[in-house]
Amino acid sequence: MVTYILKRMISIIPVFLFATLLTTGMIHLSPVDPAEAYLTAAHIQPTDEILAQKRQEFGLDQPFFIQYVNSIMKICQLDFGISYVSNKPVWDEVTNRMPATIQLALGSILIAVLISVPLGFLAGVKKNSVFDHFSRLLSFIGASIPSFWFGYLLIFFFSVKLDLFPVEGTGTWQHLVLPSITLAFPLIAIYTRLLRASVLENIEEPYVLFARTRGIKEKTIMGKHVFRIAISPMITGLGMNLGKLLTGTIIVEAVFSWPGFGRYFIEAIFNRDIPVIQCYVLIAASLFIISNLLVDMIQMYIDPRISRKEGYKQ
Amino acid sequence: MSRLKIEESNVLEVKDLHVHVKTKNGVTPLVQDLNLELKRGSVLGLVGESGCGKTVTSMSILQLLDRKTSKIEGSITLKGRELNGLSDKEMRKIRGKDIAFIMQNPMNAFTPVFTIGHQFVESIRTHRSCSKKQATELAINAMHQVNLPNPGQLLNYYPFQLSGGMLQRVMIAIAASTHPAVIIADEPTTALDVKNQKKVLCHLDKIRSEYGSAILLISHDLGVISEMADEVAVMQNGRIVEKADVFQLFDEPQHEYTKKLLLARPLLHVNQPIIPLA
Amino acid sequence: MIRSIQKMFNLQKVIPICSIMIGILFILAIFAPLIAPNDPIAVNMAYKLQPPSMDFPLGTDQLGRCNLSRILYGARISLGFAILIFVSSILIGLIVGTFSGYKGGWVDHVLMRFCDGVMAFPSLILILGLVGIFGPGLTQVILALMLVQWVYYARMFRGMVLSLKEQNFIVAARVSGSSKWKIIKNHIVPNVLPPLIVMGTLEMGWAIMDISAMSFLGLGVQAPTPEWGAMIHEGKSYIRTNPELMLYPGLIIMVVIVTFNLLGEALSERYGVKRRF
Repeated sequence: MVTYILKRMISIIPVFLFATLLTTGMIHLSPVDPAEAYLTAAHIQPTDEILAQKRQEFGLDQPFFIQYVNSIMKICQLDFGISYVSNKPVWDEVTNRMPATIQLALGSILIAVLISVPLGFLAGVKKNSVFDHFSRLLSFIGASIPSFWFGYLLIFFFSVKLDLFPVEGTGTWQHLVLPSITLAFPLIAIYTRLLRASVLENIEEPYVLFARTRGIKEKTIMGKHVFRIAISPMITGLGMNLGKLLTGTIIVEAVFSWPGFGRYFIEAIFNRDIPVIQCYVLIAASLFIISNLLVDMIQMYIDPRISRKEGYKQ
Repeated sequence: MSRLKIEESNVLEVKDLHVHVKTKNGVTPLVQDLNLELKRGSVLGLVGESGCGKTVTSMSILQLLDRKTSKIEGSITLKGRELNGLSDKEMRKIRGKDIAFIMQNPMNAFTPVFTIGHQFVESIRTHRSCSKKQATELAINAMHQVNLPNPGQLLNYYPFQLSGGMLQRVMIAIAASTHPAVIIADEPTTALDVKNQKKVLCHLDKIRSEYGSAILLISHDLGVISEMADEVAVMQNGRIVEKADVFQLFDEPQHEYTKKLLLARPLLHVNQPIIPLA
Repeated sequence: MIRSIQKMFNLQKVIPICSIMIGILFILAIFAPLIAPNDPIAVNMAYKLQPPSMDFPLGTDQLGRCNLSRILYGARISLGFAILIFVSSILIGLIVGTFSGYKGGWVDHVLMRFCDGVMAFPSLILILGLVGIFGPGLTQVILALMLVQWVYYARMFRGMVLSLKEQNFIVAARVSGSSKWKIIKNHIVPNVLPPLIVMGTLEMGWAIMDISAMSFLGLGVQAPTPEWGAMIHEGKSYIRTNPELMLYPGLIIMVVIVTFNLLGEALSERYGVKRRF
């Protein structure tokens, strides 16, 4: 088991290197000159002299490979450079805003799981019931509706009309509700569908029949046996859709003026604050890689077949 | 007086069983005019090709057909008690306890994510209120009876870690553990190699003689039937075409279909010239 | 899924109906200059925030511009660029995919690993990253979308080339003397077309979603060009007084995407094509 984890962790490194290569390369290729962007953001007139000086400071006059190696070394020390806009270390700015985004993400995962697990499971068990049709409709809408519009719809109905929740900002748990629901909705669409398909697949299996012939209660068969197996693909799905979650935070934070990491990223794009952009993309890539690994590990725990068979000696 | 005695020793009686299923095209009969009697401690073999209705018959006895699409008409009595139409709650008490079922493919029969022990104990505790420890002991005993080595450790294994033969024996152990009145064995040897087949039949025989369980042995393998069965019923297209004592059936088959089935076996002629099949 | 909609609406004709709707949308977009009652970018503060009237069937926005006209012209942007992205990503994907499949070896391996990486990574973040490098603007967004979408088609074409390389019927056709073009027409095209159409339909829906999302964030279309996502962005300040500024564009985005998605799902069931999640 341990060797397997170590193996996987080692395999992450080339992917990570590739991601950093890509981001450094993109900056190199971009039409924007980082030195110029910095000076413009700092409202300093970019004369040739100052430009050359800044370029040297940023190490832009050195060959690409050296730049690349330098940036990797800095990243390993969590040094993502200085924001052009605020002149503070990017990492500090990021860590200031991360908690808000994490709060939002956790809130929405909670809502998504709480709704999609029972909904998807029951939709599969009671196939073709009204319940089932409702869940499929919900899934379809969730996959088709633009989340920024959905957010505004929620604001319109629940904040403006019904005055139940505040329109924007943070502070109390009421502030968290509408943004979390908006973020959770596309996830609910996916997970409900996944779980439903998984349940339907498993209901036909022989072990369900055998359990019935032994006189085991249908509730136990569904709730214990089928559930345990059916939930497995959904957990994989959870991990794989972390990307959607991340994307969602960007939009939801814009709709609700949520002071998180996503919003900071958009501001950086407007301000051409390149170090921040690079940092965001790298963090997104790392999160993505790590979540895949975590999902694999959880899978191994839930389905003993995988762990016993995959490369570790009995 | 003697009539009553015969009926008493019939553990399972199926009378005029009709099963039909609703499809897009209408109503299709699966089983028609089926009559069966299982006597205490005897083995009734049910023979026929795939699709002739053997499994439907056993599922009807267990009342496990989909109620929305299929209809069961007729009488199915277990020790005098009518099973057809019984509520699901009552039927559950009978399944796994008075009527046990052994499945065809042991590799698929168990839930992959729980250990054998977990599932065995679950079965036991469904029909009997006892602690986990007591149930585990019962399970170990039952597994001893089928000659499974090291039952205590075996219970901790997952289904995929055991071979087909061992899993089949675990199924038999589960079936036997409740001392059921009837055991329905649906093709219990089909998925196994010859050595394991023999073991399985031996164990079934032992259960029959020790607990007096009646066995409904479903198989398309005539060798298995001839070895185990006391009586044989031949099914074709949802009907029983011939029912007889095992020796009589094999020596003097009456119905055309039975004759064809028997002829389809490869025969070993010793000291006889080879007679081409007409 | 389709069956449940069919049951609900009692229709067996999802494909024709959706196709007709998309056809209507395209006609509206193409003929917008003729259909629209007003100039979509004509600012007239005297008429600002008016309710629906004869002159302005859907009312006006905060700068006195006609809402209906803006929506119609917005269709040109969304649908037009969606088609552009669709066509260009197919072309790029076709070239790269067939090249990769044909060459095989480590070239194929590297390219496909690259495609896998891009496909697995959330597309919006890649697009945002690219826009971050290139700068905000509609051209940059479209470029970024093209650069991200082609990988799906590349994978598809490469898979096809691989399987076709081995198919016996190609060999048989060549042996029986069919010319190269005949082979392509009769054998290759019927195999390529169904998954292509299914993927294309769904991708169009996603492209429209992405274009409007980027414009909503302020990174795509720049004012005063009418675009649905941008209209929502502008309308949000008036959510209390004039919610329709935000409701109409969002509604049309949803209708368009739902139509494409329904069509895509129906087609994938009809032709037995598996969709990626």
